[in-house]
Amino acid sequence: MTTVAEKATAAKPATMAQALGRALRDSMAADPAVHVMGEDVGTLGGVFRVTDGLAKEFGEDRCTDTPLAEAGILGAAVGMAMYGLRPVVEMQFDAFAYPAFEQLISHVARMRNRTRGAMPLPITVRVPYGGGIGGVEHHSDSSEAYYMATPGLTVVTPATVADAYGLLRQSIASDDPVVFLEPKRLYWAKDSWNPEQPVDVEPIGTAVVRRPGTSATLITYGPSLPVCLEAAEAARGEGWDLEVVDLRSLVPFDDATVAASVRRTGRAVVVHESGGFGGPGGEIAARVTERCFHHLQAPVLRVAGFDIPYPPPMLERHHLPGVDRVLDAVARLQWDQ
Amino acid sequence: MTVMEQRDTRRTGAPTPPPAWQPRTDPAPLLPDAEPYRVLGTDAAAQTDPELLRRLYAEVVRGRRYNAQATALTKQGRLAVYPSTTGQEAGEIAAALALEDRDWLFPSYRDTLAAVARGLDPVQALTLLRGDWHTGYDPHEHRIAPLCTPLATQLPHAVGLAHAARLKGDDVVALAMVGDGGTSEGDFHEALNFAAVWQAPVVFLVQNNGFAISVPLAKQTAAPSLAHKAVGYGMPGRLVDGNDAVAMHEVLTEAVTRAREGGGPTLIEAITYRMDAHTNADDATRYRTDAEVEAWRDHDPILLLERELTRRGLIDEAGIQAVRDDAETMAADLRAHMNQDPVLDPMDLFTDVYAEQTSQLREQAAQLRAELDAEAETPGAEGSPA
Ligand SMILES: Cc1ncc(C[n+]2csc(CCOP(=O)(O)OP(=O)(O)O)c2C)c(N)n1
Repeated sequence: MTTVAEKATAAKPATMAQALGRALRDSMAADPAVHVMGEDVGTLGGVFRVTDGLAKEFGEDRCTDTPLAEAGILGAAVGMAMYGLRPVVEMQFDAFAYPAFEQLISHVARMRNRTRGAMPLPITVRVPYGGGIGGVEHHSDSSEAYYMATPGLTVVTPATVADAYGLLRQSIASDDPVVFLEPKRLYWAKDSWNPEQPVDVEPIGTAVVRRPGTSATLITYGPSLPVCLEAAEAARGEGWDLEVVDLRSLVPFDDATVAASVRRTGRAVVVHESGGFGGPGGEIAARVTERCFHHLQAPVLRVAGFDIPYPPPMLERHHLPGVDRVLDAVARLQWDQ
Repeated sequence: MTVMEQRDTRRTGAPTPPPAWQPRTDPAPLLPDAEPYRVLGTDAAAQTDPELLRRLYAEVVRGRRYNAQATALTKQGRLAVYPSTTGQEAGEIAAALALEDRDWLFPSYRDTLAAVARGLDPVQALTLLRGDWHTGYDPHEHRIAPLCTPLATQLPHAVGLAHAARLKGDDVVALAMVGDGGTSEGDFHEALNFAAVWQAPVVFLVQNNGFAISVPLAKQTAAPSLAHKAVGYGMPGRLVDGNDAVAMHEVLTEAVTRAREGGGPTLIEAITYRMDAHTNADDATRYRTDAEVEAWRDHDPILLLERELTRRGLIDEAGIQAVRDDAETMAADLRAHMNQDPVLDPMDLFTDVYAEQTSQLREQAAQLRAELDAEAETPGAEGSPA
């Protein structure tokens, strides 16, 4: 780990996509068992260029352009993991991971359990997810609730450049299968981060307070983190001092950090862009209520995408929860006034 | 030149193929034979090694007895369900015997017998069907993947494992088993395609036993045969008499050797018949006639072997009896073990979900622990020691 001072001097702007690529590279260099595979990950470097250069550096046996078949890709990864490899699978877009659900749910998630620990599957499934980039139909889904509902899967999603690197390295090193959700609209978000000397981040399963505050907690993750940070700045003018918690890991869920924050502030809003009904926010709100009921000054509110199929790009800004919707919810937290 | 004239030259000029077209593979060597390959009952049978004949016979008879015993255990409530392979023993045994120790078997839910013939403890092989645990053995120890219930989903696993082994420089082969119905699943297609593109050392064995539960093959596929499907992927397809243990052993061994030597995957279709219902829960009279079942009795795998052994004077009544006695001992042993109630620890529910228990699972485990303790303290409560 570098010190904060070193970090400041050495840091230069890097994008989340670059940090992810660097994490793949470093993982492959550190462990010959790590294999990257998927559609267009080789010569092209992936449609988002995250795997750029890996085939050249490590050869096509370790960074493999597979046939175009998601169940086949993930199913083959299962067999490779059975034989001691650590496959990192790229699903090209969120909605194109669905053909692989059967493999994910019936095998990847439960192989450790059905074999009583004899056959853990260290597979990382990278899924670019979410909207806000003007993608056409089937390119903007937020599918985290499906993954969260499947026991045996670890589900993580970075919101910062440092987390993109750190969480991906931890995911690949994990002996459990990890669904690694990459917020598409943050791929090109830049941050000061030193790719030559990446610092460790908090372990999977840990939420972090990105902005301390006293009057309410915004609980969020992935693409909605920047929205919440902006909302927190804007709310200062209204006399609100908002705390922002970045979950980072949806499974395992960090009840302790979230509950501690809400107990301090007494109010909470969960913010995400996937639909609200049956969505992650319902689960989170219930957990917070169970743990913090006597500290709550208002019901836990949710700000989510509408319960509609992801809209066409020209309308998506009406669907995605933005700063204003978050602020409206914060205003509703004045329950007793 | 006018446009009309240009069109005319195009029409009259010799047709040229589109620039990118070139045939990838000559399909002829990949095509299956018109008739299923057979050895028993033909002149070729005279060449079969007597030891192999005797071994196959003993194993197939044991297999038949195993099927009968497991079926009886369902009637006694010892097994929740048992998908019998009575009539299909030749394929099950050949699959097990074609493999070396270092190879891997990927069985479907029906292929308990192949796993047992490979050396898996018969009781461990039945935990899935008894209901005490999903997989009762360490797959790495026996190199047998868990018995797979979702159809065809284990086929891509076999491809991945074989591919990984080859990348590591090991000459390991994976043999994956599936039924005729399973060939309609997308995973069957994706597995074969991956295997051929990667030239992975995999052998796919389709046991075509006529039905997928109640649905006959004609409603499953319009292909000339399931073995013909191989050609579309660029691998050889073999059609074989699935009740002929010698033919099955030969074809499987050949495919395994080919895969081991870098020749890539093979698809084998074994023509066989499921003599019992799909499982004990199925009513086969709804979709097939007794006459159809009877027609297969004269083509029984045991009968085919017995005829050959007798014809060549390789076995007598005493020999046959010795094989039956051996099978009987195996069945008695299985019965004895299966009649013992398994000892289960409910707390095992929370182990092995993740490498490390999440805080959520720790809380739930504590809840169950408390429930169990309370049960134990309440006299006469369900689950408490009498
Ligand atoms: C994906 C999936 N769909 C449906 C089933 C339910 N099911 C179990 S066995 C079976 C028929 C399978 O037939 P076949 O592949 O011919 O194998 P057989 O049982 O004849 O050996 C079906 C439909 C299943 N196990 N998996």
